[in-house]
Amino acid sequence: MDNKLIVTGAPHVKSANTTQKIMLYVILALMPSLVAANIVFGFRSTVVVGVAVAACVAFEYLFKVITKQKQSISDLSAVVTGILFAYNLPVSAPIWLVILGSFIAIVVAKQLFGGLGKNFANPALVARLVLFVSFAAAMTHWPAPYYYKEVDMITTATPLLLLTKDPASLPSLMDMFLGVRGGCLGETSVLALLIGGAFLLWKKVISPIIPVTYIATVAVLLWIAGANVPYHVMGGGLFLGAIFMATDYVTTPSTKKGMFIFGLGCGILTVVIRLFGSYVEGVSFSIVLMNLLTPLIDQYTGTKPLGGGK
Amino acid sequence: MFGSKPSVLGGVHVKHNKYTENCESKRITLPETVTILMSQHIGASCVPTVKVGDEVTKGQVIGDTESFVAAPIHASVSGKVTKVDSVLTSSGAMVPAVMIASDGEDRVSPDLTPPVVTDRESFLAAVRASGLVGLGGAGFPTHVKLNPQPAIDTLVINGAECEPYITSDYRECMENAEDIFYGITAVQKYLEIPNVIIGIEGNKPAAIKKLSEMAKDYPGVRVLTLPALYPQGAEKVLIYSATKRVLPEGKLPADIGVIVMNVTSVGFLARYLKTGIPLVEKRITVDGGAIKEKGNIIVPIGTSIQYIAEAMGGFVGTPAKILMGGPMMGIALYQADTPLVKNNNAILFLNEKDLVVKETTNCIRCGKCIQACPFNLMPAALEGAYQAKNIDRLKALKVNLCMECGCCSYICPANRPLVESNHLGKLLLRNAGK
Repeated sequence: MDNKLIVTGAPHVKSANTTQKIMLYVILALMPSLVAANIVFGFRSTVVVGVAVAACVAFEYLFKVITKQKQSISDLSAVVTGILFAYNLPVSAPIWLVILGSFIAIVVAKQLFGGLGKNFANPALVARLVLFVSFAAAMTHWPAPYYYKEVDMITTATPLLLLTKDPASLPSLMDMFLGVRGGCLGETSVLALLIGGAFLLWKKVISPIIPVTYIATVAVLLWIAGANVPYHVMGGGLFLGAIFMATDYVTTPSTKKGMFIFGLGCGILTVVIRLFGSYVEGVSFSIVLMNLLTPLIDQYTGTKPLGGGK
Repeated sequence: MFGSKPSVLGGVHVKHNKYTENCESKRITLPETVTILMSQHIGASCVPTVKVGDEVTKGQVIGDTESFVAAPIHASVSGKVTKVDSVLTSSGAMVPAVMIASDGEDRVSPDLTPPVVTDRESFLAAVRASGLVGLGGAGFPTHVKLNPQPAIDTLVINGAECEPYITSDYRECMENAEDIFYGITAVQKYLEIPNVIIGIEGNKPAAIKKLSEMAKDYPGVRVLTLPALYPQGAEKVLIYSATKRVLPEGKLPADIGVIVMNVTSVGFLARYLKTGIPLVEKRITVDGGAIKEKGNIIVPIGTSIQYIAEAMGGFVGTPAKILMGGPMMGIALYQADTPLVKNNNAILFLNEKDLVVKETTNCIRCGKCIQACPFNLMPAALEGAYQAKNIDRLKALKVNLCMECGCCSYICPANRPLVESNHLGKLLLRNAGK
């Protein structure tokens, strides 16, 4: 029996934590928003999310087959990317656009850079931005809440646009909180996103540093600028971005100091884009820009080893 | 928020698995032969002082050296020396060893008498003669540790026993509490140390209660309940918990006024001062899914692990791993026929169910390893630096501070071999002369 003994370095026991489990928690945390989307925007939300997830998983599977690499779809990261990408689309997004975006997210932004852990920016956001600048009409076509109960397609403007164009027709703050307003299908319900965020905090999947710093920075700067803080904070994709995208491990700093700087940077950029840029929304651009700065932030925010000398 | 002094250093919550905590120490039938290694401590290897055919008694010196950083080796049974040869140890080194065939009589050397201790010098000489090394696992010769130049203000007694499964130090607290206090008093007296802190993890309430009650009669001695957070028993972590002092890079605990001793070490020291019988046997915890009988046993040093397994009823199924020590830092043996050494405190026979097997995947930069590291190192970054063979970066990231406690590898969701790369990174740094 001696020659059957396993000899490895310590530790010989490991925690039950796995990448797959972390991704599963993120998927669960995203479910309240899917429920909210189905209520506000109808069952097509589920169709869009389903297509995005299926396409992301399929593209990842095919990429690994073609490049003769070990399969990785079981880590569930492609599922998370699919859901997040879909949440960044209008519910009316054409199916071909959903599939194209999934290809950009998984193949271009993730696998071509080496797969999970190696991508330079959040794949779902990269896909959203590519589509946003390439297919602006489809990406800014906002069906109104409960449109699916009507005979004709009713569209609306997002609250951020209404703020500048038509403040009189803004939805109530309660509707803003619950998600009964125009916007991307997964971003509207602040309540649902907060439930998911609380779950991730409870499971210690994410640290509160980035979401809190990000949202607080946006709120404070807008308040100083004299903008309408509640509508701004709840109006765009801030909560979806701050809780689920700016906390992506791979593309954000991993030390507390780095996280703080990242959140601060996202907040400042978002406010600058919203107040001075030509876009009314700035969350996606801000997070991707800060993703690009993450290696630099990492370089200056390393931990100080305990007792370490020069 | 970012740089303040934490109340407790990082670490991980491991499953305690202290199944044997209520198993009183017992002895097993003496083995017929023992193989006693001449290097059972950090420092110079001893040279055998006996030859084949010599009759030896229990407690007789069979190996010694002129070197300061070393502890003498004693015969653990009475009988005849059958072989003096080099053997391959669990760490892969060839070490001289003395094999003794027991005569089954367990005769104690007649000239073993309690040492005459009158002052610091005679005390340290006695500690050396006892053969004592750090019994918590490090195996550093105790007389060297107790001989510091700077003044010591605090003696920290390590009863943390933070490794899963192991309960041998706990049994020392429960069975030999008087010895522990006797040993503490002796160290305090001859080294003139005013304060003593006995650190025990909170998962051992009975030991905390017992020693706290007794400590009332010993001014300057107090029991500190440590959080049950691995690795509270690591020297630097324990010093921090007990004194909030940070051990600077390249310094010894004595440089910041502290000496740490394991509970079983002070307990043994007391018995040596009372009887004169040196370190010839050791209490070890035997546990794991692949061994029939679990418990705490007192075994002569040099006993084969194979013999211990047979004495404990044999294997249940096939052991997947045999560990010398705990699952976080223990050494996986490549064969069961390996002799017990002084600083062993457990032999674990683990089956496949006891091991969590995870697939190794890409690092997802979750940062859990940074949070888990008691010393705030960045294991994932260190792994990258090691893979790039970037010596300057390894140095800047302080790979040399890694104590290989295993927290980073334990917590990693991607199952990266972080401890291994730190170990190899340290070697790389050392070989580069930096």
